[in-house]
Amino acid sequence: MPSAARNLLRVAVSALALLAAPRSAHAFCGFYVAQADAKLFNQASQVVLVRDGERTVITMSNDFKGELTDFALVVPVPAVLERDQIHIGERKHLEHLDAYSSPRLVEYFDEDPCQEPVDYDGRMYKSAPTTAAAEKMSSARSKTLGVTVEAQYTVGEYDIVILSAKQSDGLETWLRESGYKVPARSSAALQPYIKQDMKFFVAKVNVKNQRAGGFQYLRPLQMAFESKKFMLPIRLGMANADGPQDLVIYTLTRKGRVESTNYRTVKVPSDVEIPGFVKGDFGAFYKALFEQAHEKAGRRALLTEYFWDMGWCDPCSADPLSPEELKGLGVFWRDGQSYETAFLTRLHVRYDSAHFPEDLVFQETADQQTFQGRYILRHAFQGQAQCSAAKGYWERVNERREREVQTLASLTGWSQATIRERMGKDAPKAKEPTWYQKLWK
Amino acid sequence: MLHFDVPPWQPPLIIATACATQWGMTRLMRVPDAGYRSALISSLGLSLLLRTDTPWVPALAAFVAISSKFVIRVRGKHIFNPTNLGLAVCMLALGAWCSPSQWGESAGLLAWFGIFGLAVAHRSFRSDVSLAFLASWVALKAGRVLYLGQRPEVLLHQLNVGSLILFTFFMISDPKTTPDRRVARVGFAASVALLAFILQHGFWVNNALIWSLCLLSPAVPLVDRLLPSARFRWPVAVAHPSIERTPECPPLPATSSASP
Repeated sequence: MPSAARNLLRVAVSALALLAAPRSAHAFCGFYVAQADAKLFNQASQVVLVRDGERTVITMSNDFKGELTDFALVVPVPAVLERDQIHIGERKHLEHLDAYSSPRLVEYFDEDPCQEPVDYDGRMYKSAPTTAAAEKMSSARSKTLGVTVEAQYTVGEYDIVILSAKQSDGLETWLRESGYKVPARSSAALQPYIKQDMKFFVAKVNVKNQRAGGFQYLRPLQMAFESKKFMLPIRLGMANADGPQDLVIYTLTRKGRVESTNYRTVKVPSDVEIPGFVKGDFGAFYKALFEQAHEKAGRRALLTEYFWDMGWCDPCSADPLSPEELKGLGVFWRDGQSYETAFLTRLHVRYDSAHFPEDLVFQETADQQTFQGRYILRHAFQGQAQCSAAKGYWERVNERREREVQTLASLTGWSQATIRERMGKDAPKAKEPTWYQKLWK
Repeated sequence: MLHFDVPPWQPPLIIATACATQWGMTRLMRVPDAGYRSALISSLGLSLLLRTDTPWVPALAAFVAISSKFVIRVRGKHIFNPTNLGLAVCMLALGAWCSPSQWGESAGLLAWFGIFGLAVAHRSFRSDVSLAFLASWVALKAGRVLYLGQRPEVLLHQLNVGSLILFTFFMISDPKTTPDRRVARVGFAASVALLAFILQHGFWVNNALIWSLCLLSPAVPLVDRLLPSARFRWPVAVAHPSIERTPECPPLPATSSASP
């Protein structure tokens, strides 16, 4: 955007921006000043799906708050997993991925309208860092219920069993009798998976190991397997949900952007100019924007919040992940000889039983056009501009602020009156009425 | 609200290329002018389904689609549905993709109503191929939902897909690329549905309908040889009977549904 570049004489840095992304000081497209990460949304689960061909690595973050003995995770998997296919990931990698791909706020400061414009020779992008329980149930009882324990392992703080089942109600009973707190009516949700000959990965916390490990939280569980199915089972999670749930899916792939094949995938509104006060309340702004976009898409869509090649970012809300971090999340094709990039798609879905009747199915496309949720603050020149050029400038600033009010209202559903009030002295002034408006008022 | 997510220049580029190809190939191959209706229908399909990052791919898809009608022919009939072949070639060789669910469910519902309205009003939408395909597809999908014990909403969700509507009424319905005899047409439509179902649910292949039609289309000349019948021609033949008449085929009633 060359004209925008010419308008940009001085780009000031907020303390927050310096703290968060010190190296973005010369980025071309504005400074990152705040982010809206996944923690904003209550009950947001996060899943990382790494996929190339049929090879898949899933990382599931556990945000479980409650008695550890109550924790149970049941995930349908395509085959019986061996011990080596299960791994414990690092939470900080997921947090970094979240920070890197979060919707971001950038800000620009207008130049003095009375000075000659100076061309801003900014860099278009920033390089990446160069381095790159065992169950006690008798087998006879299991047999009666049609459940087979295919394998059982203890991995880190988790006791894991891999089950196959013949009937869904048998499986539900088995889980309950084995001490897993599964919600009522789980069997209806379990049945389609049994019919498709899928296995069940069932995890609960081994409290002894958990205490011995000294972790204050549950670490992410990872699974590696091969499957034709590029999908994410979400139906089981709805069995005990008392409202919509937020899920952030990060896919890391080799060719391009990932989208759903059985639900609409839309991009969140982005690259819009909004009033300056949002800087102090970016979280609330993004939550409202997401709700509004979700509503507009009929509550049946996945929203793309970010799509980028993991090698760089612009502006960066956090540094790109290092090769080690990517490997930690399961990117298996960067093996020392090959530093081929990975594409990150961040999909945010708010699902409930009524609007998402079936699991999410995905496809990887060849689309490599980068996208980010990016919101722009433009601060008017603060000095005393009194030359003749300044009059036109202040008119344009007023028009811009009026547009910002309209944009913010339509993106968030906030009332224009509230927005104007919150803008304070920056609120756009009403235009001077024309002589004929005054005449017939 | 429809948000097709296609760059605004793409549909005009596709239409222009398709019409230009139709014009050029008609002259190059010295065949009678068949009008632009088929080219426009192909353009509609490509505009709605084809997704690509590369600016020249939509034009190439339109060119491949239309020129295939003139080049890939057996006994006076072209083999592939133009839209289908254009999509298949671009997906297979040029990294293009289809976004089957991009219409959204409200748009899908509107399109179903629109299509059924047209079917009532206009007989060319009442093709036996479309109806046979739709019946087979719904039966297979409903059977799967029942077998898996899923809720009926799942079936509705799977049928409310824009690309399915387009496929049913603008792609497989193409009277020029389906068998001549009615019973063979119905069998062909059911086979396309069955193969697509197997590809989608047995092998997890995306865009299974497109691949299924593409794979089965070459069998049509063989079916025509085994089960010969009179040939369909576009309704324009009624207005200008001399244009479309070919020596080996007698003039026919206007629509496929009226043929024996």
